[in-house]
Amino acid sequence: MYHYDEYDRALVRERVAQFRDQIRRRICGELSEEEFLPLRLQNGLYMQKHAYMLRVAIPYGTLSATQMRTLARIARQYDRGYGHFTTRQNIQYNWIELEQVPDILEMLAEVDMHAIQTSGNCVRNITTEAFAGVAADELLDPRPLAEILRQWSTVNPEFLFLPRKFKIALCSAEQDRAAIMMHDIGLYLYRDEQGEMLLRVMVGGGLGRTPILGQQIREALPWKHLLSYVEAILRVYNRWGRRDNKYKARIKILVKALGIDAFAEEVEREWQHIKEGPAELTEAEYQRVAGSFEPPRYQELADVDLAFGSRLAQEPDFARWVERNVMPHKVPGYASVTLSTKPGVSAPPGDVTAVQMEALADWSERFGFGELRIAHEQNVVLPDVRKQDLHALWSEACSFGLGSRNIGLLTDIIACPGGDYCILANAKSIPIAQSIQQRFLDLDYLHDLGDISLNISGCMNACGHHHIGNIGILGVDKNGSEWYQITLGGAQGKASALGKVIGPSFAAEEVPAVIERIVQTFVDYRAADERFVDTFHRIGLEPFKERVYPVEELAP
Amino acid sequence: MRNLIRLCGDQARMVHDDPWLLLGEGTNEPTAPLILPLAEWQAQQAPEVLAGERSSPHGVLLQPDDDPETLRPWLNVLPLIAIGFPSFSDGRGYSQAYLLRARLGWRGELRAVGDVLRDQLAHMRQCGFDAFAVRQDKSVKDALKGLAGMSVLYGRSVIEPRPLFRRRG
Repeated sequence: MYHYDEYDRALVRERVAQFRDQIRRRICGELSEEEFLPLRLQNGLYMQKHAYMLRVAIPYGTLSATQMRTLARIARQYDRGYGHFTTRQNIQYNWIELEQVPDILEMLAEVDMHAIQTSGNCVRNITTEAFAGVAADELLDPRPLAEILRQWSTVNPEFLFLPRKFKIALCSAEQDRAAIMMHDIGLYLYRDEQGEMLLRVMVGGGLGRTPILGQQIREALPWKHLLSYVEAILRVYNRWGRRDNKYKARIKILVKALGIDAFAEEVEREWQHIKEGPAELTEAEYQRVAGSFEPPRYQELADVDLAFGSRLAQEPDFARWVERNVMPHKVPGYASVTLSTKPGVSAPPGDVTAVQMEALADWSERFGFGELRIAHEQNVVLPDVRKQDLHALWSEACSFGLGSRNIGLLTDIIACPGGDYCILANAKSIPIAQSIQQRFLDLDYLHDLGDISLNISGCMNACGHHHIGNIGILGVDKNGSEWYQITLGGAQGKASALGKVIGPSFAAEEVPAVIERIVQTFVDYRAADERFVDTFHRIGLEPFKERVYPVEELAP
Repeated sequence: MRNLIRLCGDQARMVHDDPWLLLGEGTNEPTAPLILPLAEWQAQQAPEVLAGERSSPHGVLLQPDDDPETLRPWLNVLPLIAIGFPSFSDGRGYSQAYLLRARLGWRGELRAVGDVLRDQLAHMRQCGFDAFAVRQDKSVKDALKGLAGMSVLYGRSVIEPRPLFRRRG
C-alpha cells in the first residue's frame, strides 16, 4: 500500500477544511447551487433522488484493513449500514446529509483517504486491476505508476475544468483485467528486451452514449515520460474538446473527429515542448513510491497443500468455489480470493454491509497481510491467502453471505445503482438484476454455462458498463415508462468488443424470460465447453434474434 | 475595472483605481484605456504597432476559442492580456494562461475576467494569472481568501515549475 507522508496528509486535511468552508457558504447562501455544484462534485458529492451520495476514492482499488473498518464506521454512523462498491473501484454512500460530509471526510483523512475528484469534469480515480502485485500472469507491478499518476492528477490546477470527466487506467499483465480499452487514456505497461519499462498508450475509449474502444496513440513510450505525455494529451483535450454538448464532450469524440493520426500529431507537437523538462519522472521518485508496494513477507510454502487438496476432493461445494473464486498467485502456496458481493436476490450487486466490511477487514488480517482490493466487477479481493487457509476463509465467508461461488458466472452481475437512487437513470437496475438472479438459482446449471458476463446500466451514461458485457442491459425511457434494450457479444480485456443491439427493447417483466431464451440459444448452439462470447462470435446475432423475437417471423 | 485583485510578488492587493475597461463596459468614461477582443484589437492598431515597433494603447482580450499563439508577434507591444471566462466551468483559460506564460514567455499582466470566483482563484494563480477581475456581484474582500489555495501542489504549474517529486524533502 502507498504510505502517506506529510505532504499527502497536508493536502487531504487542507482539502477537508476548504470543503467544510464551501459547504458552510452554500448553506448560508453565499454560494449558489450552480457555483457549488462543481465544488461538491470534485469532492465526490452528488445529489441523488432521496439524498446526497458521497463517493469515496479507493485509489486503484487498494484498501488496508484499517481503512475498510473506517468505511464500515461511516456506513453505520452516517448511512444506513451499508455501502456500494462501484465499477471504478470506489465506494458510494447513498444516504448522506450535507452537514455531515465534512466530518465524514475528516474520518477518512485520519486513515489517509479522501473523496477528491471522484466526480466532476476532471481526472477521476486512477484504476488498475484488482490483482496488481500478486497475479501470476503479471509482467510488472502497475501500482507505483498508478500512484504517481494519482498524485499528478490530484488538484492539478490546469485540468480541473475539462470538457468532461476523464478516466485513466493502467494494466501490466497478460490478461487485461482493467478494461483499458474503454478509458479516455489506457496504459499497457511492459518491459523491452533490455528491461526498460515502456508504455503502450491508448486514447479515446469510453462507453456512455457513444461507446468507442480506445486506439493506440503511442507504442514504447519510456516510463519517464508518462506524466509529460499525459499532460500533452490533456492540454490538447482541454483546449480543443467540445464544450457545446455534454454528450459530445469526451475525448473520444475529439479523437474521432480529428482521426487518430491528426490527434496524435497534435499531441506530439505539444509533447515536444515539455518532454525533456522537469515533468520527466526520476528513478528516485519511482523507487520512493515503489517502496510502498514492496511485497509482504510471504512464508516459504509448498505450492501443494495436502489438507487443501483433500478438502477439494471431499467437498464439491468448496471445490466449485475454489474453481470460480480463487486466482493463481505468483508466490507458491498462496492464492488470491475474490469474495462475491452478488449473493442473488438478498443484496444488490456491489452492496456490502458494515458487518460484512468488518468481517472482510478481519479476514484480510487473519488470512493475509491486512490488505484488500475492490475489483471493477464490484467484488472484494483478498490478494494474499495461504492455500491452507482457503477452506476456513470460505466457511466464514459463507456465514457472512459472502461465499457465493459465482465469479464470472451469469449471476455475477455488474450493475449501477440505477433508478432506485440515481437521478440520471431512465430505469431501475437493481430489480432487473434480482429478477435475473431469481431465474437462475440452479448453481450447477450456472456453473455448466461457464463464463458469461452480464452488465446492467440504468441509462446511457453506462456506469454498469453494459456495452462490454457478454449480455448487456440498458434502461431506456419510452414515453415515461421503463424499458430495457439488450446487447450481445460485448467483451472486456485485450479482445474487447462492444455488444450489438439485439432488437426492440423489453418491459421489465419480460427481461428474465428473454435472458433465459438467450442462454438457451447459447446452450443449443454451444460446441463442447465453448464460452458464451465465443459461441456468439461464431454464430452471430441472428439465431439469438430468432429465438427472442419469434412472432415477427409470421409477417410475410 | 472594479473588483480587481492584483498580485505584486507574494502580496495580493485590492486595486481601487484600475483604469482599464473592457470594450463596451463603461461608456461614461470615454478616456479610459480599453481591453479589446482579439479581432477588434487587430483592426484598431496602427501599422507600427502591428509591426511590433510601437506600444499599443489597448489591452487584448482572449476568449476561450482564441489561440494564444496568435499574439506571439505582438507580445512586446501589448500593455496587458486579459483571458475571458464566460463561465467559471470552462477551463480553457487555464491552458491559455499556461501557454502564454510558459511557452510564449509573456511577462506582463495576465488578467482573468468574466465569471471569476473565489473558489477558482488559486488555480488561476497557479496557471500564471496575476490579476483577477472578480465578478461584479461578488465581494472582492471575500474572494481574496480564495487566492492562497492549498499548501501542497503535487504536479507542476507556471508559478511552481518543478513537480512535488523534485521538491519533496
